[in-house]
Amino acid sequence: MADMRSPLAKVRGLGSAKDGTMHFWHSRVTSVAAIPLTIFFLVLGFSLHGASYEEVRATFANPFVSVFALATLLMIIWHMKLGMQVIIEDYIFVERTKWVLLMLNSFFTGVLALLTLFALAKLAFGA
Amino acid sequence: MTNATQKRPLSPHLQIYKLTPTFLMSGFHRVTGAGLYFGAVLIVWWLVAAASGEEYFNWVSWLYGSWFGYFTLFCFSWALIHHLLGGIKHLAWDIGYGFEKQLAVKVAKIQIVSSVVLTVLVWIIGISLS
Repeated sequence: MADMRSPLAKVRGLGSAKDGTMHFWHSRVTSVAAIPLTIFFLVLGFSLHGASYEEVRATFANPFVSVFALATLLMIIWHMKLGMQVIIEDYIFVERTKWVLLMLNSFFTGVLALLTLFALAKLAFGA
Repeated sequence: MTNATQKRPLSPHLQIYKLTPTFLMSGFHRVTGAGLYFGAVLIVWWLVAAASGEEYFNWVSWLYGSWFGYFTLFCFSWALIHHLLGGIKHLAWDIGYGFEKQLAVKVAKIQIVSSVVLTVLVWIIGISLS
């Protein structure tokens, strides 16, 4: 197959990072997983409407609830990270700003995932 | 810095195209996605509150139970349901279904109506059962 890149582009080292397909695929996999998980989460959310502190703790002490809640949030947070990355890459053309925002996106979603993990683990193990 | 790509003319963007239902739903999908990105803080904050102790949890619960809290959660749930329906549509497109012009326009119109109806229904059922 003919090489579509100009010699100048090769010299500058610009071009595909070769992870676009994986990005697209992870976005789809997380979205498919998120369909039933989101419905589960809506049901869980409404079932805890008006629940007391003790009731909420007891609910998350159930392994199925905490594991599915963890799966839901981790899937969605990974999906969020991928989605926001696309938005940033679509609209931000100033290189420095773009890289800063891409980093902030990673940090923000990373912190959310860690907080979720810690909070659910604490509730599940009843510390 | 001399870069040939920086001097190229730009292709026409949003403002030049006619506003169609499919165009609008494409925009809605992105905007609801971005809203949910920040709205996820609501869920994580609530979980952290539940893991932090009774007093803090009760305060966060009170906040979510205020009229502003309900309003925010209602908007969040609409965005979630709208993005969910849009996501299912995108998955169908990914495997090659639903590209016919009339069908795509119809689906776009159904999506906006059904996301609002579903959200209201979910709240009515959710609140009445809990």
